[in-house]
Amino acid sequence: MATRRTIESNEPNDRSGGSLRSRGTEMATAAAQKAAETEPGGAGSTAARAAEQQAAFDEAVAADERIEPRDWMPDAYRTSLIRQIAQHAHSEIIGMQPEANWITRAPSLRRKAILMAKAQDEAGHGLYLYSAAETLGVSRDELLDKLHSGRQKYSSIFNYPTLTWADVGAIGWLVDGAAITNQVPLCRCSYGPYARAMIRVCKEESFHQRQGYESLLALSRGTQAQHEMAQDAVNRWWWPSLMMFGPPDEESSHSEQSMTWKIKRHSNDELRQRFVDICVPQAESLGLTLPDPDLKWNEARGHHDFGPIDWTEFWDVLKGNGPCNDQRITQRRRAHEEGAWVREAAAAYATKQAGAPRADTAATAHGEATA
Amino acid sequence: MSSSTEWPLWEIFVRSRRGLSHTHAGSLHAPDAEMALRNARDLYTRRSEGVSLWVVPAAAITASSPDEKDSFFEPAGDKPYRHPTFYDIPEGVKHL
Ligand SMILES: [Fe+2]
Ligand SMILES: [Fe+2]
Repeated sequence: MATRRTIESNEPNDRSGGSLRSRGTEMATAAAQKAAETEPGGAGSTAARAAEQQAAFDEAVAADERIEPRDWMPDAYRTSLIRQIAQHAHSEIIGMQPEANWITRAPSLRRKAILMAKAQDEAGHGLYLYSAAETLGVSRDELLDKLHSGRQKYSSIFNYPTLTWADVGAIGWLVDGAAITNQVPLCRCSYGPYARAMIRVCKEESFHQRQGYESLLALSRGTQAQHEMAQDAVNRWWWPSLMMFGPPDEESSHSEQSMTWKIKRHSNDELRQRFVDICVPQAESLGLTLPDPDLKWNEARGHHDFGPIDWTEFWDVLKGNGPCNDQRITQRRRAHEEGAWVREAAAAYATKQAGAPRADTAATAHGEATA
Repeated sequence: MSSSTEWPLWEIFVRSRRGLSHTHAGSLHAPDAEMALRNARDLYTRRSEGVSLWVVPAAAITASSPDEKDSFFEPAGDKPYRHPTFYDIPEGVKHL
């Protein structure tokens, strides 16, 4: 089946036979979604049809092909993706808050411009991911509503406070660093729109991590007080960053199925270990230490051993008892409510304009060339 | 209170540089075409990824059905003679 392999092709000059199809399936419209669901089918053949669809899905996943929005997929796959992508999207936009806390107090114009650019990126990541989730048939309103009512979660890391300027550096280095470690394998996730969103996100994340590292380095090499501030921030962010990879493999409820579906490619513990191994030499170059007396190179394993993680803290923060859970969600709700008049005004303006005669450039389309 | 006035969905196409065609980049919600363009600029070209943008109402797109992919695209499957590699040309013949 040679035509199968072109699903992911974005090459503008792809010469293989079936490449046209990839363009069409990129589209993730709600209308298309509905069309796919209301496909007619005889009652007798339903079971055979279901088995056939399941087989086609399994085969595609096994062959490392991407599943696209209008393809048939098991309900549990869809639900699991919605949960994961929504949580990911929520984390991006809630994640703006701890850092935004320091925008007005950034120590220089350069740092302020950088921090604003980073916060804007995180908003963008949220939007990429919400769009990806919507291709699965949920609406944006529904997703935001679930965030605001606590029915969907965001990463617990953002429930910790940013006490000093050095926290901004520590977040960039450790929190964005951990996120990158998690996200790079997601670029090969079996669900096309999620994988494509992650590719864009990963391209942008490396600036986030590097600016954090640079900022911490400046502090570490600064005055004694600045150095101590940097060390204190690393001490507070290290353990929560390790928790970002989720519970240990033996307690992780969604992991195994996600791996089978190739949504996830590596286990939580595997990724956590990778992150620790990456951070140890980076901390050394920073002239800072990681707050773990058990951290040491294990020649036999070829990895660093590290101390036990306080999972009670993790579950407690997840349940809502972290230092900033209330603040984060209250602020998010307030921003949404206070923005309601803007959304309504823009919609009203659009309706009014749609009724009026159009004088814009779109009225003079020439084939390909509105460009 | 927040009435369900969800803005329509737009598909965004970006020409990354002159000489290339517009490529689908993603989608976003906006109340109208003009706002869709502005949002698309902020969302998909923050790092100069584009020199031109198209925004298309997602509802205006008609797509082929994935269910008919085999039959719909089948006509091209048995026509290898449409590809240059189908033809045997003697060794040493140039510019062909
Ligand atoms: Fe991000
Ligand atoms: Fe980031």
